[in-house]
Amino acid sequence: MSIEVTINKKSYTVDVPPETPLLWVLRDVIGLTGTKYGCGIAQCGACTVHVGSDAVRSCITAVSDVAKPITTIEGLDVDGNHPVQRAWREERVPQCGYCQAGQIMQAAALLDEIKNPSDQQICDAMVGNICRCGCYQRIQSAVRRASRGI
Amino acid sequence: MINVRAPTTSSNPRVRLENVSRRQFLRSAAAVTAFAVAAEISGLEPALAYETGGAQMPHGTVNDPHVFVSIDSSGIVSITAHRSEMGTGIRTSLPMVVADELEADWSKVRIVQALADEPRYGNQDTDGSRSMRHFLQPMRQVGAAMRQMLESAAAKQWAVPLSEVQASNHEVLHRPTGRKLTYGELAKAAMDLPTPQLEALKFKPDNAFRYMGHGNVPIYDLFDITVGKAQYGYDVRLPGMTYAVIARPPVVGGKLRSFDAMEALKVPGVVKVLELKVSWAPPAAFSPLGGIAVVATNTWAAIKGREALKVDWEDGENGAYDSAAYRQQMAEAANKPGRVERTQGDFDKAFAGASKVVSAEYYVPHLAQASMEPLVATATIRNGECEVWAPLQYPFGAREAFAKLLELPIDKVKVNVTLLGGGFGRKCQSDFAQEAVLLSKALDGAPVKLAWTREDDLHHAFYHTVTYSRLDAGVDSSGKVIAWRHRSVAPTLFANFKPDPKREQAIELGLGLADVALDIPNVRVETGEAAAMTRIGWFRSVNNIPHAFAVQSFIGEIAEALGKDPKDVLLEIIGPPRKLELDKLGLTDPLWNYGDPYSTYPVDTGRLANVVNLAASRANWGRSLPKGSGLGIAAHRSFLSYVATVVEVGVDSQGKLAIPRVETAIDCGFAVNPERIRSQIEGAAVMGLSNFIGEISFKNGRAEQGNFDNYPVARIDNAPTNVRVHIVPNGSDVPAGGVGEPGVPPFLPALCNAIFAATGKRIRSLPAGDQLRV
Repeated sequence: MSIEVTINKKSYTVDVPPETPLLWVLRDVIGLTGTKYGCGIAQCGACTVHVGSDAVRSCITAVSDVAKPITTIEGLDVDGNHPVQRAWREERVPQCGYCQAGQIMQAAALLDEIKNPSDQQICDAMVGNICRCGCYQRIQSAVRRASRGI
Repeated sequence: MINVRAPTTSSNPRVRLENVSRRQFLRSAAAVTAFAVAAEISGLEPALAYETGGAQMPHGTVNDPHVFVSIDSSGIVSITAHRSEMGTGIRTSLPMVVADELEADWSKVRIVQALADEPRYGNQDTDGSRSMRHFLQPMRQVGAAMRQMLESAAAKQWAVPLSEVQASNHEVLHRPTGRKLTYGELAKAAMDLPTPQLEALKFKPDNAFRYMGHGNVPIYDLFDITVGKAQYGYDVRLPGMTYAVIARPPVVGGKLRSFDAMEALKVPGVVKVLELKVSWAPPAAFSPLGGIAVVATNTWAAIKGREALKVDWEDGENGAYDSAAYRQQMAEAANKPGRVERTQGDFDKAFAGASKVVSAEYYVPHLAQASMEPLVATATIRNGECEVWAPLQYPFGAREAFAKLLELPIDKVKVNVTLLGGGFGRKCQSDFAQEAVLLSKALDGAPVKLAWTREDDLHHAFYHTVTYSRLDAGVDSSGKVIAWRHRSVAPTLFANFKPDPKREQAIELGLGLADVALDIPNVRVETGEAAAMTRIGWFRSVNNIPHAFAVQSFIGEIAEALGKDPKDVLLEIIGPPRKLELDKLGLTDPLWNYGDPYSTYPVDTGRLANVVNLAASRANWGRSLPKGSGLGIAAHRSFLSYVATVVEVGVDSQGKLAIPRVETAIDCGFAVNPERIRSQIEGAAVMGLSNFIGEISFKNGRAEQGNFDNYPVARIDNAPTNVRVHIVPNGSDVPAGGVGEPGVPPFLPALCNAIFAATGKRIRSLPAGDQLRV
């Protein structure tokens, strides 16, 4: 079945069963591998992308259910200089880095909605994103830093 | 994360480190921090070589600049990173060492990831917190040698004495005339020179370091990670590649009876279903488990195809593995005499005569590494040559395994090491990559990516062992501990390599059991019997986790029984500053000491006590806290570094735990990249909390947890996010210790000691579950 999606301002037509999760369409069909697989059941947040302005878990989002343009980590900022990305580098957040695309997309959606989130609001927004290396301390600092830069 | 294998005889004599000189004084902390970009390095020091276990590892160490460095005419310096990057920062830190000695400008450095090729690069087995320990000196030698080659090339070009030229910040200066040549201009001439003799090398003094000791170099992949361009194993894509998942026997050692692929083949995108035949039998090392592979045009189709498979398994004898029953057996073993591993004085007599005794039992369950990137590998076989791309901690061991599987000479097997999305020991075992190779072979060499789901990862791990401990102490009338017995029962990971010895082996005893500093006259350490009924593997910090949990919790219990301050009792038991004398410990097996020479890395109680005092002072130990809050302390030497942690907790009236602050002090010898040391220690506290809440349990031989919904790990809402790290300053003459693992072991007991201080509840059995619930 042909399905049309807009990803990072480009249009794609993909031929997959409609229930195929957006994650695997992005990664395997289109080749945008910045969005990661971590659990497949919306428990870890590694697959987070934006649909419209909402952060969604692409691993449980059927591609046919996506009605708005999609933004992935590759399209968050054309130069990679979104305030959240800059803050992530300034705070030197990543260790292995695998979960960070999902963390960054989640944080960017939070700051899009709440310009100056409290620590509790940061915690509430980021609780669905697991980092097994344990970068949470710096994630919290980086979100605070980015909120000052938006 | 420790590997063991037969001692190698192939260590390259060219790279043997000689103990050229050994400085007899300790460098002051001030000298380390005196950073000056334009530091004079004319006062170059002779080689300060101390002996490490690097030479004893397979293929030893290599220090040839021609192997690790190339410079092009534009001045770009390419440095090869030969260890695997799984989040410690080592892919940056070792090249940073080279660049520093080389006087290279970091902005002109490019890092090249090495292929799996130990004869060329030396040992590449990235585990055991060994990379910096074993390669700091060889990498300094690489950098110093290339710097001197550049200076020689410049002196030759100017026809001046070598003593008149000096390399500094990517150029060579002729001091008398002020003439300069850039590294790019000198590149070809320098690269054509032979490698200088090790004895002729001169090294920078610590106060001339640009990068070492400063933490001013971000990880090389930082930008790429933040824009989604960093390439992990899961991100490999080859033209014409298919995607596969495997249905494996749910019980280790299980066999396939029959399968029906009809429904699976109907799933859109599924192209093939085939049996992956293996002859798995213990001791099976890292052999794949076999199973039914579903090959498809994308990962999702392969997963759906696998769900549609009908498979009948024969479980075999491990089908009886039941964690509850197993725990009972372990408890029984811990309550009767075991094999004596260490004995000093006469425990029985002293214990019988004690005026007070303290006893406790502790349990730490199986855990799974659960790196965020599940296991994955991509393989293809073309024209009799195999090529693999995978996130491997031990790439050369994997390459050897692939060659054996395919019956190919090793030079027909090429292994590319991707970034690892976490490792924590699981990616030491190449079983998953061997599956990809077997699968490509079954597909006539076609490129195929073999992906593991999270469920595969938790169901088929090489798990952290499960440990039951019993400790007994006797105290005399003056309140001094005079007798100490530690019985430890845990299945051994060496069951992977030899007929199951059914008890902890020498290496495991060396992971914080037999090597504990105890200023107690009567000591006995024993191990009890426990057969491995699943695959036991390396898990960040390995047996140090249960050993430190038991020892450091027990010290807290002794303090409580005596009504003393836990920090004071800890320091009393560590005893006065001294280096433990091995021949006085009464060890049955020689101390492993993490594979490094004891003369370089002794058990130094002064350093251990120092981190205790440092962490305690930073935590304002002894301050009064509100009801429901408490401080706990623990200290542990592991991977040749010393770490003490003070955890502050608050437990509310509902039993909800909060960790507002953690103070950790680490003495890891020379702190090469302090910024990454901090990140490792911050992360260790988070993993420590995960070890408090997580458990892999078995029922009917099957792991009962399959994803993060029932295998919880720490999240931002419960994780410690105020971890303060205090690094003991040392000069480069103090041998570098491990960093990736030593932060984890003291966290759990410090946490449980803090919970006791806050609530009076002693948690001896993990996971914590609802033990805190009111």
